[in-house]
Amino acid sequence: MTQTRYYRTRSPEPEKEKTGGGGGTAMRVIVPLQGVVQGRGGLVLGSIIPCALFYFLQFYLKRNRDDPDDKNESNSTSQNPTTRSPSSEHLTELPGLTRSLSRALLSPRNSGPVSISARVSGIVKGGDSPYYMGLKRVKEDPYDELDNPNGVIQLGLAENKLSLDLVKDWLAENAREAILGNGKELSVSGIAPYQPFDGLMEFKVAVAGFMSQVMENAVSFNPSQMVLTAGATPAIEILSFCLADTGNAFLVPTPYYPGFDRDVKWRTGVEIIHVPCRSAENFHLSIAALDRSFNQAKKRGLKVRGVIISNPSNPVGNLLNRETLYSLLDFAREKNIHIISNEILAGSTHGNEEFVSMAEIVDQEDTDRKRVHIVYGLSKDLSLPGFRVGVIYTFNEDVLAAARKLSRFSATSAPTQCLLISMLSDTKFVRTFITTNRERLQRMYVQLVAGLEKMGIKSIKSSGGFYCWADMSGFISSYSEKGEVELWDKLLNIGKVNVTPGSCCHCIEPGWFRFCFATLTEKDIPVVMERIQKVLKPVN
Amino acid sequence: MVIEIEKPSSVRLSKVAISKTHGEDSPYFAGWKAYDENPYDEVHNQSGVIQMGLAENQVSFDLLEKYLEEHHEASSWGKGAPGFRENALFQDYHGLKSFRQAMANFMEQIRGGKVKFDPDRIVLTAGATAANELLTFILADPGDALLVPTPYYPGFDRDLRWRTGVKIVPIHCNSSNNFQITPQALEAAYQSAESMDLKVRGILITNPSNPLGSAIQSSILNDILDFAVHKNIHLVSDEIYSGSTFSPSEFVSIAEILRNRNYKDAERVHIVYSLSKDLGLPGFRVGTIYSYNDDVVTTARRMSSFTLISSQTQHLLACMLSNHEFTQNYIKTNRERLNKRYDMIIQGLKKAGIECLKGNAGLFCWMNLSPLLNEPTRQGELELWNIILNQVKLNISPGSSCHCSEPGWFRVCFANMSEQTLRVALQRIHKFMEQRKVCSVNR
Repeated sequence: MTQTRYYRTRSPEPEKEKTGGGGGTAMRVIVPLQGVVQGRGGLVLGSIIPCALFYFLQFYLKRNRDDPDDKNESNSTSQNPTTRSPSSEHLTELPGLTRSLSRALLSPRNSGPVSISARVSGIVKGGDSPYYMGLKRVKEDPYDELDNPNGVIQLGLAENKLSLDLVKDWLAENAREAILGNGKELSVSGIAPYQPFDGLMEFKVAVAGFMSQVMENAVSFNPSQMVLTAGATPAIEILSFCLADTGNAFLVPTPYYPGFDRDVKWRTGVEIIHVPCRSAENFHLSIAALDRSFNQAKKRGLKVRGVIISNPSNPVGNLLNRETLYSLLDFAREKNIHIISNEILAGSTHGNEEFVSMAEIVDQEDTDRKRVHIVYGLSKDLSLPGFRVGVIYTFNEDVLAAARKLSRFSATSAPTQCLLISMLSDTKFVRTFITTNRERLQRMYVQLVAGLEKMGIKSIKSSGGFYCWADMSGFISSYSEKGEVELWDKLLNIGKVNVTPGSCCHCIEPGWFRFCFATLTEKDIPVVMERIQKVLKPVN
Repeated sequence: MVIEIEKPSSVRLSKVAISKTHGEDSPYFAGWKAYDENPYDEVHNQSGVIQMGLAENQVSFDLLEKYLEEHHEASSWGKGAPGFRENALFQDYHGLKSFRQAMANFMEQIRGGKVKFDPDRIVLTAGATAANELLTFILADPGDALLVPTPYYPGFDRDLRWRTGVKIVPIHCNSSNNFQITPQALEAAYQSAESMDLKVRGILITNPSNPLGSAIQSSILNDILDFAVHKNIHLVSDEIYSGSTFSPSEFVSIAEILRNRNYKDAERVHIVYSLSKDLGLPGFRVGTIYSYNDDVVTTARRMSSFTLISSQTQHLLACMLSNHEFTQNYIKTNRERLNKRYDMIIQGLKKAGIECLKGNAGLFCWMNLSPLLNEPTRQGELELWNIILNQVKLNISPGSSCHCSEPGWFRVCFANMSEQTLRVALQRIHKFMEQRKVCSVNR
């Protein structure tokens, strides 16, 4: 179906300050001055020019006044006015002078409460996004078929509970021995003392084997090129610290996983440049768009250090094909930048499409190995986010050396590693798990998509991940982020379903929503559909 | 005709990645390499290097093993295990409530029940290393400074500075008053920072101290807190060795100081703790930040996403630390054993003619070898350190790597080995000192 659409330009420019009320005070100065000047014609020019200059100075200062949020002086922690923090990149400001000037106008400065760093004070004040608000609502009022049938159904969390029973059964039978014994006598001395921060070699071997298995043995992973971290979250952050300096940037195709904003930017001071993907291309990455964004960044004086792709992607759930990966490598080579390939969902592919890892692409192409770095983890594919196991896999010796040292701040726990060595070495269990999990994902996906389709909601074909990316733009009151968030709100508070609006993922087209299905049971699907239907009817 | 072959320019890394701020090129770490290449073994390698540079506690493993043997539910997972819930496989950055409760109780027990800790103020991190770095990110901006008394744990150079871009300005302490922190030293450090145009955001103390092996007296804690209030800065108290004091009465926590002041000025105080030293479980990666400041708690919790503790580990430890009988016995026994080790090494060193700073806590002693130096300089100290490493085959930590302003002091760890190995180490030292006496007589 074709609709005349305008593509809302989500400019990566910093948000402009509100200018409301800017002229008011200035006029209060000018009007009385005019009274003085009028009666003395000879002094007109001599008076008007400085008045005009004064007027414009006031206007200019007011335009660059603090964000209205800052007015909450009593609640906010006082900031050093001359500190420029990486996290406040959305405020346009003149360095130093303006801030302190305007603050002096607002309230006199004294010692006040002890301050925290500028780089985090934004986080403390910041409002919660729909992503977090939705999670909160589910926590407060979770759906249960028997105990709470009117509770909120969770479709906003990319966790996989479909195959949890398999994991729980294995743990119930094997955990104790695995943590402490591993076939040997009960021993704490094996797990208690300091271990290499980047993971036990035995565990790396097990994880390398698992990665290979989930990728259908298309490529083998060398344990010596791995650094293990407490989840994929620090893996991404560590790579950001290693590959870019504060003020540099990564190109990231949108829509993307909302967590990247925190993982890539927060403590590093590195920027993300959005590379918009569009529904006309089924949200597939276009090298032309990458190139455009790269050039735009260059014009803005931003140094691009790399591209971050997610394959399978979140939230769309599509795979990057071999051709695109080769083109991406060519692009990276041409610009001399890095590629971070987030492949954390490689084992959660379903359907018939072939998954190709970046590792496979560089396996054959020797020269560019140094620019490719893969992120993996056990949170998604093995349903164990609580265990905190992430992987940095790189062919670059220098990155390996730096990442190893940095892993001390985010190391995996020894008893957990021992437990998982056993689990991952149980090849029968792993094989059964991967196959069964894929079947269950496929089944649930098909049902969800069919249910949505019946209501006229189309989604992008997905071959991986726990969600479907659906187009609800036909149901929003206005084709804008505002309209999208209104619908999200209705779905959450009236329909009692928590889904993720595309704006959280920086999608350039309004109206797209991510529906996670891996926290549902088959019985929940009709309930979900009914509730969505309830919300949609009135609008049409 | 020369054909110029253009080499592809190699893709660059960041300044953080190539910087040396990780500090791993210092002697502190070089000694470890020597140990790794030739490690002492009671049976197989009796002439190897004995590791006395690693502050690890191995004296109470048997207590842990006994607990785990008798309490299957801690390491089990499944329908039989009490307190196990499906959600334990998942995670949010608040951590398991039962584990935070258990940590709060354990911290209270260590302090003899003199203060209470609120589990909702506990933020979990994967080790104290992460906790210290996280607090630095939260309390200071790049280019700001933290004041840290010398001598200090060499790892701080990395943990507090590397990724954060924050600087350390030393508070100089010396042997004239047993390396205690004085108000004059505090002020001098603050002035020094100001003269370098650095904004001081806080003070970080380690109590009991590493490498001194002694607890800070309450009068000094009061002075430090007063100073922090006066300058309107933060105070971080790393109390990672609080359970390793030889006698319970010797240690006063900053929490007690605050309680005595009715928690006035508490919002600038943050405590770091971990199970790596007191419980001998560094491999488990368990650290905590306890803050009296709501904003810091909220932010630290969100930031802890980069360094969460495995839920499986939390479950195991929640069981163990909720067992009052176990924790009481462990704390008491661990203290006694550490005390015994400490006496053993002090006596042994004394017999060899070596004096140490009077200590009352920790896994190490602070040894004075300044009489042995060829010259009273850092160079002289490193020469001596080299001899001890390569001839005596002991890896000990030179005071210069701890930024000690007086050369000749060394940190010697005693809890990461068996009693037999410690005896061997003391024999070697004794022999070394005897040889030196002979040499100096013959000169």
